[in-house]
Amino acid sequence: MSYTLSHEQLSEIEEILQHNLIDLGVHCVFLIDMAGNIIANHDNGESSHDIYSLAALAAGNFGAVTAMAKIIGEGEFSLLFHKGEKENIHFSKILSDYLLITIFGNDISLGFLRLKVADVVEKTNKILGSFDAE
Amino acid sequence: MAFINMKKKEVQVKVVYYGPGRGGKTSNLEYIYKKFRERIQTEMITVKTHGDRTLFFDFLPFDIGKINGYDVKIQLYTVPGQVKYNATRRLVLRGVDGIVFVADSMVIRKDKNILSIKNLEENLTDYKKSISKIPLVIQYNKIDLAEQGIPVLSFEEMEKDLNSVLKAPSFSASAITGVNVVQTMKKIIAMTIASIKQELK
Ligand SMILES: Nc1nc2c(ncn2[C@@H]2O[C@H](COP(=O)(O)OP(=O)(O)OP(=O)(O)O)[C@@H](O)[C@H]2O)c(=O)[nH]1
Ligand SMILES: [Mg+2]
Repeated sequence: MSYTLSHEQLSEIEEILQHNLIDLGVHCVFLIDMAGNIIANHDNGESSHDIYSLAALAAGNFGAVTAMAKIIGEGEFSLLFHKGEKENIHFSKILSDYLLITIFGNDISLGFLRLKVADVVEKTNKILGSFDAE
Repeated sequence: MAFINMKKKEVQVKVVYYGPGRGGKTSNLEYIYKKFRERIQTEMITVKTHGDRTLFFDFLPFDIGKINGYDVKIQLYTVPGQVKYNATRRLVLRGVDGIVFVADSMVIRKDKNILSIKNLEENLTDYKKSISKIPLVIQYNKIDLAEQGIPVLSFEEMEKDLNSVLKAPSFSASAITGVNVVQTMKKIIAMTIASIKQELK
């Protein structure tokens, strides 16, 4: 079994990521599914992360955090964010099966990033909403 | 579930090594990593405890080149085999396309193997998948121990314990010496690709 997105859907998603996140100074952004597959990714041309490993770890990490939330009686945590010295990483769930991961520097405030991510999530929702991965 | 990227002409496939704790799942991936070092561009990712037991998973991406014009990326994962880690084991199984069940040939692990394959069946059912339908290869690991005089189960006995109903392709192997490690991997890749090939047009 497998699933796919059309050329047009992917182009549309990439356009949204570029325009709403990369153009604002985000270093790297990728959209994955909960199995750890990369659906779309974009960067500013300067970052060279091992995104396949990042995707596998992010999917696992998100799954673990969601399971923790359930144990303490929360549906899920609304803010998932790791702060580093130079780089920060932010996770946002899209529908039930996808995760948007953003890597950005300290020149962007978390509040601003969250606003932009919310925007992207809403737009991407419409494209991904036409089907569900699992 | 495999993701086919029509734009990049790329397929990502998830293969999970499953089995009882200390059975040799991580050792399988370590052998593959060593053997194909020049082909694997990235580091192997392992999330483990101090004592080398897998805590969450190991991850090794393996590019096998093009099929029908698509770049095929095989993502190899292991689960933590210890009974208490079932929650994380289930997470790793999410979206799985093919499974290698690594059984431990040591006589003292007979029951653990049987429990583990039952646990696999249950966890797959949670994802509405069936152990008899998903591409599956069974590996009887640690056969090298027989030479050291350690009691091991015979191939026939393990087949009877684990594979009498499933009738999956099976191999005797040693993840330490490398016997049948690559063959096991090639078999599961071939079966998994075959299961999605119609969709690669
Ligand atoms: N003799 C021998 N030892 C093996 C073989 N495969 C694995 N081992 C040893 O068995 C022990 C456990 O191997 P791992 O690969 O860590 O087992 P695992 O299945 O990943 O275990 P968990 O992470 O706890 O689920 C290690 O000490 C390995 O060196 C084998 O084919 N022969
Ligand atoms: Mg392990």
